[in-house]
Amino acid sequence: MVKNALTTGVIWLTAALVSGVFVWLLADIIIHGLPKLSWSFLVEPPQNAGRSGGIGPIIVSTVLILGVAMVTSAPLSLATAVLLSEFTRHDSVYGRLVRRSLDVLAGVPSIVFGLFGNAFFCIYLGLGFSILSGGLTLACMVLPLLIRTAEEGLQAAPNDYRLASAALGMSRSATLVHLLLPTATPALVAGLMLGLGRAVAETAALIFTSGYVDRMPGSLFDSGRALSVHIYDLSMNVAGGDSNAYSSALVLILLLLIINSIALSLANQWLHRSVVTV
Amino acid sequence: MSLSRTDRQLAALLLGCALLAATIVLLILLFLVKESWPMLQHVPLIRFVTDASWHPVDGLYQLTPMLSATLYSTLGAVLLAAPLGIASALFSRYYAPPFLAGCYRRLIELLAGIPSVVYGFWGLITLAPLIGRLHPPGVSLLTGILVLTLMILPTVALTADAALAAVPVAYLRGAAALGLSRWGLISGVALPAARSGIIAGTLLAAGRAIGETMAVLMVAGNVVQQPQSLFDPVRTLTANIALEMAYATGEHRAALFVSGLALMVMVLVLVGTAELLSRKRHYG
Repeated sequence: MVKNALTTGVIWLTAALVSGVFVWLLADIIIHGLPKLSWSFLVEPPQNAGRSGGIGPIIVSTVLILGVAMVTSAPLSLATAVLLSEFTRHDSVYGRLVRRSLDVLAGVPSIVFGLFGNAFFCIYLGLGFSILSGGLTLACMVLPLLIRTAEEGLQAAPNDYRLASAALGMSRSATLVHLLLPTATPALVAGLMLGLGRAVAETAALIFTSGYVDRMPGSLFDSGRALSVHIYDLSMNVAGGDSNAYSSALVLILLLLIINSIALSLANQWLHRSVVTV
Repeated sequence: MSLSRTDRQLAALLLGCALLAATIVLLILLFLVKESWPMLQHVPLIRFVTDASWHPVDGLYQLTPMLSATLYSTLGAVLLAAPLGIASALFSRYYAPPFLAGCYRRLIELLAGIPSVVYGFWGLITLAPLIGRLHPPGVSLLTGILVLTLMILPTVALTADAALAAVPVAYLRGAAALGLSRWGLISGVALPAARSGIIAGTLLAAGRAIGETMAVLMVAGNVVQQPQSLFDPVRTLTANIALEMAYATGEHRAALFVSGLALMVMVLVLVGTAELLSRKRHYG
């Protein structure tokens, strides 16, 4: 009985400790980050190595890197997921091989993605330190996550849909376009948002692929500094950059929150929509 | 059932895409090996242990200080995060009232999504000075361990929570019918039943800790040395790559790719073991 009471106490204490530390972390960033946060901070270019000024060009670079990553990885992952869930048997050799290699890809540490991106995209393909290199590296990184969520979404579509459309003589492509994809849309979008969240949080894979340059990028072949790299650089390499680093960290966290809540609300909205529009 | 012509074309297209997605991991391995080849070719692997120090410019490539830093920080973080994470999962599943449990789970999910660079920044600005007051310089193995603990705690908590949720309700009802106390039910029935899932989650978290770069890079101090105490600054394998890639050329660069290869092998062994464990649970 004593043991029972004791463990109850320990577990409540642990929960209090864990939430306490995390509230401390979030409060610290909000309290120190909020005073500098303003519209001009979001649009102005950084000055004096980022100590003053804003993060305008950095936000543009971040959005471009994310755009490249999503535009390349979304179609590829959708195609792979459709193949795995609709065009192969679950136990086929090819499907198993693809799944296994994606599992391995999901376990690769982000700094290794950085090494690979540097060797392959920057040097071998000759893209140099550019937004394109960084975006493509991130695309490789989020691919397993996107494929897994898309595959789960497609598999969640009721099997009756497939049987009924086959009975009506619809081709598999038509079934896919008119029934399965619309049904799976919430899951697809939610997966996309999860991937976006993972990509926006990434730093290590970007340092040696998209680079450090904090000017406004002129094209996708320019080097661009992502928001997370900016926080790293301000806190490690720039003395006196802390207050801007706090505000940038707050912007990054808010961005993640926005991405997550968009995912949730879109998923809910689509859940309540009828599948076939008449 | 035979496919129509459009279907066959679509299938071929999809097959090509899937092949591309599947070959990325091979491409990564290929390029890691290609870049480390100049090194592997005429420097025996044993020299990464036997060389006097890490001075890549002079051709000295001792990786042991970095290896032990990675090992110690991962071990420390797992030793701290595993009990805290499991206790968190137990809290939200068996102890907290439903509303509080929901809030707590949302908090943990939120934390799982916070970027590692933010954890590193917070550790550097807030935690390191506090530890520095205890024992300078503050940026140290201990700070690294604490920040890593925070980062992998959500992973442990969420996987343990999922493993506990998968325990059949009949087990719990049976235990309750036998008049077991709450802790008796947890330690005698729920935890043993969820054991392999919890261990798998902890291994995944360990893999994350080994591969983590930014947070340790920012708070662990980055001095290449064999740590003598928890308060010594250390440099992990990942931090070493991140710090030196910017200016490394030739064999030095190849040595960094060798350490990247080593890192990938370590993580894959951990993830593979975790997967085997969780598969055993399905068929066991």
